[in-house]
Amino acid sequence: MNDIQAHRCDVLIIGGGMAAAWAAIAAAKTGAITIMVDKGYVGTSGVTATGGPNHWWVPPDPGKRREVIERKLAAGLGLGDPEWMERVIDTTWRTLPELAPYYPFGSDGKGGRYYSGVRGAEYMRALRAYALAAGARILDHHPATQLLVNGDGAVRGARGHARLIRRDWEIQAGAVIMATGGCAFRSGLLGSHGNTGDGYLMAVEAGAELSGMEFSIQYSVSPAWASTRTLPYGAARYYDVDGEEIVQPPRGHAHFQALGAALLTGPVYADLIDAPSALPPVLHDIQPFTPPPFVRKGVDLFKERWPIKLFGEGTIRGNGGLRIRDGNCRTNVPGLFAAGDAATRELATGAISGGGAVNSAWALTSGQIAGAAAAKEALAGRRRTMEQLRSAASAAIHPVAAERPVDRKAIEADIDHHMNGYQHALWRSERQLTDSLKVLEAHWRAIRDHGRAEGLSLVSLRETAAMTATARWCTAAALSRRESRGIHVRIDAPELDAGSGARLLTGGLDMIWTRPEQQRYAEAAA
Amino acid sequence: MITHIFEDLCDNCNDCVAICPSHVLDAGEGAPVIARLDQCQTCYMCELYCVSDAIYVGPDAHAAEIIDPEAIRLSGHLGRIRHDHGWDRPDAPGHLDHYRLLGPLLQEGIETAESRYQTLKTDGL
Ligand SMILES: Cc1cc2nc3c(=O)[nH]c(=O)nc-3n(C[C@H](O)[C@H](O)[C@H](O)COP(=O)(O)OP(=O)(O)OC[C@H]3O[C@@H](n4cnc5c(N)ncnc54)[C@H](O)[C@@H]3O)c2cc1C
Ligand code: SF4
Ligand code: SF4
Repeated sequence: MNDIQAHRCDVLIIGGGMAAAWAAIAAAKTGAITIMVDKGYVGTSGVTATGGPNHWWVPPDPGKRREVIERKLAAGLGLGDPEWMERVIDTTWRTLPELAPYYPFGSDGKGGRYYSGVRGAEYMRALRAYALAAGARILDHHPATQLLVNGDGAVRGARGHARLIRRDWEIQAGAVIMATGGCAFRSGLLGSHGNTGDGYLMAVEAGAELSGMEFSIQYSVSPAWASTRTLPYGAARYYDVDGEEIVQPPRGHAHFQALGAALLTGPVYADLIDAPSALPPVLHDIQPFTPPPFVRKGVDLFKERWPIKLFGEGTIRGNGGLRIRDGNCRTNVPGLFAAGDAATRELATGAISGGGAVNSAWALTSGQIAGAAAAKEALAGRRRTMEQLRSAASAAIHPVAAERPVDRKAIEADIDHHMNGYQHALWRSERQLTDSLKVLEAHWRAIRDHGRAEGLSLVSLRETAAMTATARWCTAAALSRRESRGIHVRIDAPELDAGSGARLLTGGLDMIWTRPEQQRYAEAAA
Repeated sequence: MITHIFEDLCDNCNDCVAICPSHVLDAGEGAPVIARLDQCQTCYMCELYCVSDAIYVGPDAHAAEIIDPEAIRLSGHLGRIRHDHGWDRPDAPGHLDHYRLLGPLLQEGIETAESRYQTLKTDGL
């Protein structure tokens, strides 16, 4: 371990998607020494890069904005926050066009530029260029495995492994921003392989709270052999194994349940005979990644029937994540901020999915806010004397009992089954959630008691630990919310319960707790 | 999953090793080596970033495929993704002009499905 790569900086950002990049830009612009560490490569990793985020885009017309926010608040079923919504809309509108020197915004068809929707790979390439130009330093292939805290429990850095050069690293920082994305439990969802909930685990180990983890049921339709983006499938017709059309509402939980029920009994096929006629000629131009999975399989996307699968989206297009404690994207742990899918998105979207517009606007806004606030805090504390730091992590590093090999593959298969399996996720009930929780508890104990690894193996084992922990928080929260609200649906409590209108917090490692949020952050900050 | 690297096309720049988000590839003596196939997320990013069009990613995300490299070479797949993105000429005029159609086309599809569902429902299903 003496061969460790060591750095110091003001702001350390963990993650490499759009939230991390917008945070790095904001932090570096203040003059703070800013380092961004990503598990993969800033430009290709995360779900931003493979997606094509359409940002929440409302012109600065006060009447119009008020109307949009009121609608969003109602749709969010009591869990949204109007002030945050206003900030998200306004920050996105003002900030996104800043990318013009790096991103070739296309025409809006009316003589202007079209800003709100961007193609993922180009967007992340542009954000990388902008972050570097702003002065941020980027360390690719530097997955973080643990947070460092000082004697008061404040977060002051992180440790991890530089996987291309096979060396451990340690970075001390004045403030840390967690922007590690959501977690889809390795469902195969496009771009999500590295999004294993590491940030939730690292933060909770340091004492952070999570919010909205019960809002973790969301799926996207794709061909059975690979997850793709979903533009072509809006008008799809679906057929069961006998060729009978499956009648189902085209959206929402009932849509997923109808397809999930059919998929549990056999293959389900889709065809796109009803797709917009203008789509086939431009699809490869709008989404160049979407046709190859079909073309290379020899399937004519628009003419044939092909088998489908529902790919779980967990907290990626669900909403749960680190609880935000104030208007500066602070978590409840000093020194630790959160942005993007690593944070709860309830503030901006309430109990419904923010995929489609809100999530990316939230990632941009929370990144910008956290970046500026973390820089301010770090610069103010620059003269701090050298502190003794210790790792906040234990799972997979310090086993409680005798070290023993942990069967990662078996654990991950179980997690996928309990979190993405249609029979579990789409028909949540007290009994089923309790059963899942038991299985997940046993896996957590196996890792905590016996797991130990180093270097590259530690990165993998911590991923398994993080997915296990995340699955437990989602399941415990789903068990606690004894009602159906937004994308959290219980078959044993199908109605919304007016008395359960608070956000639900969760956390803890060996003992998981849940409790309703007592006060909104605004009061807490006052 | 990533299936083949055409060694005769590869100029050993190792860009794919650096940009693969999933740490699938290792630098090799010549062309990079597919070292951790089980981590491949079939994202096609390596194809997008390879200026020599030397990489072929198979369409199946769950299983490795056996392919005939010569047939792939003649198929027109190599370099197609990079070409369709206009990746090498980001500033070319009109490059992303169709992108604004994404939202309206998505919406049109959903509305079609919605009205079809309403019809099917009232037809007594
Ligand atoms: C198919 C799809 C389409 C979508 N379309 C839209 C849309 O049109 N509009 C919209 O608003 N939203 C959309 N969303 C949601 C939106 O894409 C996300 O909200 C947004 O991209 C989140 O950005 P992020 O930076 O938080 O996460 P990501 O882009 O996922 O980035 C997370 C990053 O964290 C890194 N990381 C993970 N663990 C570690 C670790 N231990 N150490 C270091 N780094 C780590 C990963 O490598 C990755 O780079 C879509 C999502 C999907 C999946
Ligand atoms: S990016 Fe292409 S040319 Fe460069 S090493 Fe990889 S395969 Fe070879
Ligand atoms: S398809 Fe994606 S994950 Fe697989 S090797 Fe290429 S860049 Fe890496």
